[in-house]
Amino acid sequence: MTNTHPPSPVTGQHTPQQAAWSLDASGIPLTLRLSGNWDVEHGGMAPFPQDGLHTATPGQVLQLDTQQLENWDTAFISFLWDVKQAANHAGVQFDPSTLPGPAQRLLALLPPEPAKPPAAQKAPAPFLDRVGDKTLRCLDETGTVAVMAAETAKGALKALTGKSGMRLKDLATDLWNAGPSALLIVGIVNFLVGAILAFVGLIELRRFAADIYVANLVGIACAREISAIMTAIVMAGRTGGAYAARISTMLGNEEIDALEVSGIPVSTYILLPSILSLSLMMPLLYIYGTIIAIFGGFVVAMTMMSGTAIGYLTTTVNGIALHEFIFGFIKSFFFAGFIALAACRVGLKAGRSAADVGIAATRAVVIGIVGVIAMDALFAIIANVLDI
Amino acid sequence: MAESSDPIISVHDLTIAFGPKVIQQNVSFDLKRGSIFAVMGGSGCGKSTLLKSMIGLLRPASGQILVEGEDYWAQNQRRRTELNHRFGVLFQSAALWSSMTVGENVALPMEMFTPLRPDVIRRLVELKLGFVGMEHAVDLMPSEISGGMRKRAGLARAIALDPDILFFDEPSAGLDPITSARLDDLILTLRDGLGATIVIVSHELPSLFKIADDGIFLDAKTHTPIAHGAPRDLRDHSTIPEVMAFMNREATVQDASATKGETHG
Repeated sequence: MTNTHPPSPVTGQHTPQQAAWSLDASGIPLTLRLSGNWDVEHGGMAPFPQDGLHTATPGQVLQLDTQQLENWDTAFISFLWDVKQAANHAGVQFDPSTLPGPAQRLLALLPPEPAKPPAAQKAPAPFLDRVGDKTLRCLDETGTVAVMAAETAKGALKALTGKSGMRLKDLATDLWNAGPSALLIVGIVNFLVGAILAFVGLIELRRFAADIYVANLVGIACAREISAIMTAIVMAGRTGGAYAARISTMLGNEEIDALEVSGIPVSTYILLPSILSLSLMMPLLYIYGTIIAIFGGFVVAMTMMSGTAIGYLTTTVNGIALHEFIFGFIKSFFFAGFIALAACRVGLKAGRSAADVGIAATRAVVIGIVGVIAMDALFAIIANVLDI
Repeated sequence: MAESSDPIISVHDLTIAFGPKVIQQNVSFDLKRGSIFAVMGGSGCGKSTLLKSMIGLLRPASGQILVEGEDYWAQNQRRRTELNHRFGVLFQSAALWSSMTVGENVALPMEMFTPLRPDVIRRLVELKLGFVGMEHAVDLMPSEISGGMRKRAGLARAIALDPDILFFDEPSAGLDPITSARLDDLILTLRDGLGATIVIVSHELPSLFKIADDGIFLDAKTHTPIAHGAPRDLRDHSTIPEVMAFMNREATVQDASATKGETHG
């Protein structure tokens, strides 16, 4: 019995050099004839059927006839590996001795069987299990962040007396990154927001001939809410993302491990300067942002309404009570603390690969922005209750 | 088609530099087909930098690298990329792409540069991982496997396209002696099996003596190659103090003459 199987071509046409094999099962020993070009381009990737040797009696020897074999590459080895497996299953003895030497050596590297496909995914845990698991993890995370916050606060107190061990150089670098170098972007964003507010406000207020109240509108909205939030969102994207990326990269480079082994607490070396600098700089950026936003409104108002500059500015100063500024200032401080703490925590929890750095940066920014807006809502409720 | 006795790569009077800082100059050598060529020298002598200029990552300041007679750096970017498909590179830290599984790492060059069907690629990935004994790790992420396994997976990726020339940057760095010896055997078997030519940057002496049959020794002080030949021959016959000190693992050049003739490895 002789079966001839022209393997299905992968690329190229049927040519005499096409890889082909035929099994001569009549003779003893069994003979597998291989001919043609057994490389990937000439269709050498044909699989040998798993049951191709099922007619053979166990214990027989399978010889390979390679006299008509031309070129070969790893595709040939792939085919031979299949043959060897089929021979194993049928209890046939595979004799590689007639193969070219290099092919024998490569074949010898391969294990008897390819790896089993991974076991099917386990069924998802019951609903209550998952809820319980999530809750526990949430509580655990809250605890960890609280400990981090407490350690940073303690470190900040110690820093006042100069005993924290924090390097002033690190603090200076972080202060620069979280403050002066953000002036431009915070300025642009706040200017535009102030200008847009004034524009929309003017169009509506004009219907009631109350143009001049646009000064109050812009002033109060920016001082109380918008500048604080916009500045925090910009800083969450800018500095929060940077903190998370830096810390997770340090984790991947084993720098965090090196700190721990050297006995340098991560909290004083990384967390303290990062969190401190953002918390110190954000309120200042908020004040700067508010002034720029008011200026943005002023520019639009001056071009759209008939009034004097002095009049507009006087209305603004009279319209904003000092406590609006204090409220915004305090909020900014808390926003900054939250953004920095969350970013550091996300960075420290990240995995160690390049992909994990990206995930950590994204997560830090998302948590920062959502958290800031949620906190602002909370502040609004508190202010309402306290009647500020 | 080039004669099989022609060198596969020939380097002529190469100078590699970072700006005004010369790393190595007057570098000339021929890479014989089927040889295992060792680039040797102390730390910081520019071994890896020479490798970088051979695989297209760093343009040399002057000189030529001829790949089968074709001036590599005189070609445009597209032609260089085509030539690079004939190269397989194992980087020092394996450089597996961390967002992909081991199997996807090996499959990517085939998906990008061959018209093969996905099922064919899957079988080839299985095969190449099988060569390096990593077939069980096909669905694992690089972060889930050990350093030695990453090296082997990187090797499987380097041979994905059946390259003619394999470049290894410190293949045994960070591996235990047994794993390192196994990797040596694997390199030899792959060289014979695939018919590839191998360039290996290393200062692992036992491994170099075992597998390399040609080489060049770069000197960090004079910024030039000071010896050519197989590491074994350099160890046994070189009279250059720096080379002798290196091959016999001596601390200083002065000590080398005292223990002349002793061999190591």
